[in-house]
Amino acid sequence: MNWDWNAVSEFMPHFWDGLLVTLQILVLGSAISFALGLVWALLMRVPSRWVTWPVGVVTEFVRNTPLLVQLFFLFYVLPEWNVTFSALTTGVVGIGLHYSTYTMQVYRAGIEAVPVGQWEAATALNLPLRRTWTAVILPQAVRRVVPALGNYVISMLKDTPLLMAITVLEMLGEARLFSQQNFQFTEPLTVIGVAFIVISYLASLALRALERRLVH
Amino acid sequence: MSTDTLPNPEKSPEKPAGELIRLEQVTKRFGDNTVLDHLDFSVAAGKHVTLIGPSGSGKTTILRLLMTLLKPDEGTITVDGQQLFPANEKQRREVRKQIGMVFQQFNLFPNMTVLRNITEAPVTVLGMSRDEAVERAKDLLDMVGLADKCDAHPAQLSGGQQQRVAIARALAMRPKVLLLDEVTSALDPELVAGVLDLLRDIARSTDITMLCVTHEMNFARDISDQVLMFDSGRVIEAGAPEKIFSEPEHDRTREFLSAVL
Repeated sequence: MNWDWNAVSEFMPHFWDGLLVTLQILVLGSAISFALGLVWALLMRVPSRWVTWPVGVVTEFVRNTPLLVQLFFLFYVLPEWNVTFSALTTGVVGIGLHYSTYTMQVYRAGIEAVPVGQWEAATALNLPLRRTWTAVILPQAVRRVVPALGNYVISMLKDTPLLMAITVLEMLGEARLFSQQNFQFTEPLTVIGVAFIVISYLASLALRALERRLVH
Repeated sequence: MSTDTLPNPEKSPEKPAGELIRLEQVTKRFGDNTVLDHLDFSVAAGKHVTLIGPSGSGKTTILRLLMTLLKPDEGTITVDGQQLFPANEKQRREVRKQIGMVFQQFNLFPNMTVLRNITEAPVTVLGMSRDEAVERAKDLLDMVGLADKCDAHPAQLSGGQQQRVAIARALAMRPKVLLLDEVTSALDPELVAGVLDLLRDIARSTDITMLCVTHEMNFARDISDQVLMFDSGRVIEAGAPEKIFSEPEHDRTREFLSAVL
């Protein structure tokens, strides 16, 4: 096996393009999964089966089917009903939706971990339900779940290459394209492998810093 | 037995003058366990009433019913002539404005500063301006001896300090009734006196009605106008503290007092 530094430098412009796309997927996908997961978790607390049952079925379904299948479905099946998005948009929505079914469980645990005395104090002070959620329960719940949400961000990072399957040119997509055109596989794959490690590491550092800030 | 807090089967239908809280035929069950059994009792405005009795006798349940943290299975509860049970949630919110509660575990909001703990409800529930709420909160913190802790978070305070903040928080809503649920039980022994002294001051200097569940018999003797002895969901003896503590009539009361005093 020969290591060719020229191949590395030729790959780098493509690498930066891929990195940018990977980061876009990660940031937007995380944002969607954090927001949507919270919505699911709150809907599951509505005291009506007409709400919790459909939400439960849909999220259970999404959580228990492969992300790759969901991406194919969104990308190839939805257009048959004249719903068409770019590959990147489809991928971001798909991965965000998929992970929202994990984050909802994280939020649920966080909400349940808020002591019942907090609800009782809110009742004793006559706080309206909405205010109880926004000022008392969610700030405490979210603080508790940051580490767990962060782990899903890192997990999501490692799932971003699946978007290659729907033609998104993220890091792996760029590496594969470059490899096929130049018959050099080692260098591009090694470069993106290192990039994945570096991003994970930076993300976990950022996460730890955030956790420390939230201790208060 | 005294007349104003008593189980009184011959009660007149109209509300007696000055009566603030009335429970009629209130029953509360947890599964098969009947904690309150067709309980009747009332509390006159401005009185300080202490509920004593063995654990499981239903004292705390009464406070929790009054705070609407529990619902009775049967019976009616009235506060200042307005029905709390049965009632819809909207009416309950109105009635609840007159009631404040201090909990055994303080239950301060850990995500808020001490000041915000106290101003939150006056601003969002009573519609008080922030400036006014802050000013009042500072007066209350001054009263409870924690004027310098405005910007602290609850986790930075001792249990006794947290409980004093909780008392200030309850008073900030200007309730007519203050419910005190074993407020010193979770405190280290050396912190108990400070909290009890504060409550004695409040009892002496305000006309707030207090309903107090406590195991601190000296405190009960000091502040109470009335002591109710509970056993198995009923009031078995009621009267002025001097009488209950020095010459209890009921055997169960004697047994209980000899065990705790």
